[in-house]
Amino acid sequence: MFRFIIKRASLIIPTFLGVTFLSFMLIRLVPGDPIEVRVGERGISPERLAELRHEYGLDQPLWKQFLDYEGDVVTGNLGVSVVTKETVWNEFTTLFPATLELALAAIVFATAIGLPLGVIAAVRRGSPLDYGLMGVSVTGASMPIFWWGLMLILIFSVSLGWTPVSGRISAQYYIEPTTGFLLIDSLMSDDEGAFWSALRYLILPTVVLGTIPLAVIARMTRSAMLEVLNEDYIRTARAKGLSVARVVGVHALRNALIPVVTVIGLQVGALLSGAILTERIFSWPGVGSWLLASIERRDYPVLQGGVLLIASLVMLVNFSVDLTYGLLNPRIRR
Amino acid sequence: MAITETAATAPRLAPAPSSARLLWRAFAENRGAVGGLVIMLVLIVVAVFAELVAPHSPIEQFREALLRPPFWVEGGSWRFPMGTDDIGRDVLSRVIYGARLSLIIGSSVVTLSLALGTALGLTAAFCGGTVDIGLMRLMDVLLVFPSLLLAIVIVAILGPGLFNAMMAVSLVTLPHFTRLARAAALTELSRDYVTASRCAGAGVLRLMFITVLPNCLAPLIVQGTLGFSSSILDAAALGFLGLGAQPPTPEWGTMLSSSMEFVTRAWWMVLFPGLAILITVLAFNLFGDGLRDALDPKLKR
Repeated sequence: MFRFIIKRASLIIPTFLGVTFLSFMLIRLVPGDPIEVRVGERGISPERLAELRHEYGLDQPLWKQFLDYEGDVVTGNLGVSVVTKETVWNEFTTLFPATLELALAAIVFATAIGLPLGVIAAVRRGSPLDYGLMGVSVTGASMPIFWWGLMLILIFSVSLGWTPVSGRISAQYYIEPTTGFLLIDSLMSDDEGAFWSALRYLILPTVVLGTIPLAVIARMTRSAMLEVLNEDYIRTARAKGLSVARVVGVHALRNALIPVVTVIGLQVGALLSGAILTERIFSWPGVGSWLLASIERRDYPVLQGGVLLIASLVMLVNFSVDLTYGLLNPRIRR
Repeated sequence: MAITETAATAPRLAPAPSSARLLWRAFAENRGAVGGLVIMLVLIVVAVFAELVAPHSPIEQFREALLRPPFWVEGGSWRFPMGTDDIGRDVLSRVIYGARLSLIIGSSVVTLSLALGTALGLTAAFCGGTVDIGLMRLMDVLLVFPSLLLAIVIVAILGPGLFNAMMAVSLVTLPHFTRLARAAALTELSRDYVTASRCAGAGVLRLMFITVLPNCLAPLIVQGTLGFSSSILDAAALGFLGLGAQPPTPEWGTMLSSSMEFVTRAWWMVLFPGLAILITVLAFNLFGDGLRDALDPKLKR
């Protein structure tokens, strides 16, 4: 197992170097004067320009600049926002819990609905119910979620008035961020209304972001279940006289779960892509909105640092999925 | 007795069906896939003959008919079947011209990334060693970025616009084609016919493109169809974020982006472009799934 971990870990180092190199090049590919891009000022005097050039290390050869950047990245120094003058790391850590809360809610929603649907479709294979569920699933997987979000707002917020349109919580509440997860923070506050408000604000974004993972999980569960249901041990369990519910729920589902868990883990990248769109639609104050705003403001240090952080996060999650998989299935450790 | 009977009837059997016919038979079993194919054909016809099909020009503004609802709602008329937008353009005509744009986006992106990805994948498989490792690590790096995020970053650097958005989406889809082409080529490379061809003196380029490539095509074609739908979706998302096609281009995502502020007043501006995206993407996905099952019955579940 230890060797397996080392082997996998050694594989992600070149990838990490590549990712940092891409983000290092990113800010250099932006058209315009590199100093203006970083400082966000125009019409800087030549003396100040030379000074800044030295300060940012732009008078060094490129390989030296990259090594310096690599050192900065490893020590968590990702630069400073041109607009707010706040460090990129601080801004990211303040906003990330909002995105994480949304993403976790979406994945819980997708699993809670997608998993049972997949099981039902597999058990009723070939029935109209199976065709119906798989039809819904392929539609969900093809969904342009930015449109889906607008349609849900149209129906549930505009027509029915059930859910709020944008933000994380009603303006009447102020919750001191301790964990950054509004659901937990509001639950810890004395105001019960705050929790319900936060929950109401979370529902639509969760459904929107969870739709594609739901479809993928339902499909994956169905095919994994179908494979397992053909195994001999299922026939044995049935022959022993166990109830269908027990055979399906315990014997089959447990063995079908491994590929499903992997698929859930690998949804992180898709989830973060979706979060950018979802946050835009619902004005959700997370890292997606933050990155989009950085593009509009031409705040390149934020864009550079934010992209690097998100890519590192995806890498970390993929790595953990890999390890978990190795833990669950000794055959692939080699 | 039975044996002689078989022998007697054998010559009268119809000739063996061609492989194209077999493929079609396997494909036609899947009703969803046939449905997808029909929608695709309709879309192509509509896109090609947009000038004839669309009642109006996609950018003509009818100043006297702003924000008209669709025909079945009170106040709507058959003149604008899907209503008009905030500056009086016919939504139906814009959706129709949008189909042309989306198909152009999908086919250019897939052509570009399929061609480049195949070339890179075959190169990696044939060269092996450092070239292989280097190329595949590069693809790993690209895959670590969430696809939409990478596309957004590329467009942020190159500047917004349809062409740059298409370049960005091509780059994002490239790793999938490269990996697939490499994997398919590697399995073929160990086969005897490749060795035979090599012994007969075939050069590397001939081996790559004439001997090996045709046998790797099936998965690449399937991935191409599925890539078509994902690139339409990504390009529309970029348009929605204001980074893709710019107004007044009738691109579906861009149309949705400008409809956002009219959600409460003009639902038809939101409904139709998005529905068009969904139907198009769905059609290509259904078709791709059906094609995969037909080409590789082993995968069918």
